Amino acid sequence: MDAVAIPGSIDETLAMLARGHYVAERSLATVVFLGLRLGRPILLEGEAGTGKTEIAKVLAASLGRKLIRLQCYEGLDVATAVYEWNYPAQMMAIRLAEAAGEHNRDRIEHDIFADRYLIRRPLLQALEPSDGGAPVLLIDEIDRADEAFEAYLLELLSDFQVTIPELGVIKAPAPPIVIVTSNRTREIHDALKRRCLYHWVGYPDAARERAILKAKAPRAPERLTGELVAFVQRLRKLDLFKSPGVAETLDWASALTELDAVSLDPAQVTDTLGVLLKYQDDIAKIQGAKASELIDAARADLKMAET
Amino acid sequence: MSDNQGALPENILHFARALRDAGLPVGPGGVLDAVAAIEATGFGEKQDFRAALHAVFVKKHEHTLLFDQVFDIYWKRKGFLEKLIAMMSPQARPDAKPKKADAGATRVADALFKNSARQDEKPKPSLDLDARLTMSAAEILQNRDFAQMSADEIARARALIARLAMPNDRRATRRYAPSRSGARVDPRRSFRGSLRGVIDLEFRARVHRPPPVVALCDISGSMAEYTRLFLHFLHALGENRRVSTFLFGTRLTNVTRAMRRRDPDDALAHCSAEVKDWSGGTRISASLHAFNHDWSRRVLGQGAIVLLFTDGLERDGIEGLAGEMQRLHMSCRRLIWLNPLLRFDGFSAKAQGFRAMLPHVDEFRPIHSLASMAELARALSDAAAAADPRAWLKAAGY
Repeated sequence: MDAVAIPGSIDETLAMLARGHYVAERSLATVVFLGLRLGRPILLEGEAGTGKTEIAKVLAASLGRKLIRLQCYEGLDVATAVYEWNYPAQMMAIRLAEAAGEHNRDRIEHDIFADRYLIRRPLLQALEPSDGGAPVLLIDEIDRADEAFEAYLLELLSDFQVTIPELGVIKAPAPPIVIVTSNRTREIHDALKRRCLYHWVGYPDAARERAILKAKAPRAPERLTGELVAFVQRLRKLDLFKSPGVAETLDWASALTELDAVSLDPAQVTDTLGVLLKYQDDIAKIQGAKASELIDAARADLKMAET
Repeated sequence: MSDNQGALPENILHFARALRDAGLPVGPGGVLDAVAAIEATGFGEKQDFRAALHAVFVKKHEHTLLFDQVFDIYWKRKGFLEKLIAMMSPQARPDAKPKKADAGATRVADALFKNSARQDEKPKPSLDLDARLTMSAAEILQNRDFAQMSADEIARARALIARLAMPNDRRATRRYAPSRSGARVDPRRSFRGSLRGVIDLEFRARVHRPPPVVALCDISGSMAEYTRLFLHFLHALGENRRVSTFLFGTRLTNVTRAMRRRDPDDALAHCSAEVKDWSGGTRISASLHAFNHDWSRRVLGQGAIVLLFTDGLERDGIEGLAGEMQRLHMSCRRLIWLNPLLRFDGFSAKAQGFRAMLPHVDEFRPIHSLASMAELARALSDAAAAADPRAWLKAAGY
């Protein structure tokens, strides 16, 4: 991996993301640029499937940095997120030392709390120097972790250092590029938000969604792409329990492409609705007559956009 | 920072104060960050300037709207921003010292320097319209001050609620903490102990914590008297757990932040300032829909208990009510309906709204006196004391 210099302006950031097949809004590019420039973590909130996690992957790939991912869950603790000692190996080391006639406790203690017995978990890995520059640290779905873990992150995200009692303070030579994502199943504490640059990742507009499909699902025929995007845009305006995200649009595009569709067809839409909508209430609302009505409306939208 | 940028930090400082007055939580650290951000982006495109300030100051999606309004008023006024851009660009020399942001007597400038006029504004004496069992066609929009309880009443209720034994319903979480007699060996502490020559095993056990509570409180005319006391109860409940409080009449309002103030009276005063439809009508179905749609996924995580505090007298037709109740029931661990109407001996679940709602609740309880409040606290501690809602349906002949 070759390290690439961080972009020097918002336009360069936008271009860099585009090269990684990420079609970003200008406001998102601004936040990313500022995050890189000021060395601040970026907190991305938004509905599921709007490309929050993807931005970390694209950043890592286009900057030539290592991507370190920490998936959060309830009860996540220091032993799984930061570091743990390799107890079996330490026990073995003690037995061997005693067998070799070493009885000096201080000496043994010093030897077994050495770097080689330390198991590094994602957060500690992110603080270590690496060849291509500081890594990209993705803390995914922070809302799934409990408040206790969030509090632990406060120290890490402001000073980029971790204290291991037996070894001392480990400080990152260069702060990692931190992306924190949240689906808002719980409110993130203000103290954590304060340390981050915040961006709400919303649903894209029709033009941007078409560009995303072009970049991510190039095999889909153009007419299908246009109709499909107009349909999904219409769908998001309805009062659904869960509107489809960009990820669902992409899935749907690949599904319809696999089925050799060249344009939307009411029967096929009804059959494949499960790719797009994940709640039975929503599916029941759209199925059948409503679907063909939406297809007609989507086609009209498309015609309007063309003229 | 060079000399010709002297005006910028000052303007950002004033802008930050305008944001704070508009209700955004902006600290002094935010101003420093903003100045650094503008230095980093450079001072050119208006759009970028806005985005950079937005990235620093806005920490919550809901605040974007406020930010945009303040931004428009503050920076767009009389081409202020254009002038600033011209001043910052390398071609122009900063001849005249820029005037301070208080140049115009605009609304924002008024907001910046809180004048006496604003403090003189006394809350108007509230109009107590009795809208019980009637629904005026228009929403009754009035800032009813529900901190206006008689001093005697506050003192008695508070003393009693404070003395109330709060529920002790700790649930196991997935987090572990050191413990004397846990189920799991704590390898780290055991190992450290063994180095000191102590060969005992150390243990750890799950942390137990009370689950969060989400309260949906009806503040329509028929419920207002009960809601005030119930909010005191919720405030006391919030001392050892996360409590999210929503008030609804004809619309749903989240008052969780206001309720977090330490002093219960202060908290209630801030609630009343946020609620516009106090003592109006109720639209239970629409309010539940708003909750399910906008909030359920944000506050019902971690096994929340929902307290639905309403008389169930829907004045808006009951289409959709059952569906919304079902959705709510499926999204939480336990749904308890608290209904002050249950105080009447002859109460029977005959109203249409009851039939729609009762099948979807786990428990159905009265909440009209301090005694019933204590009963609720006991019920929260002990799931076995459930008040089966089906009994009421059966009694009403359904």
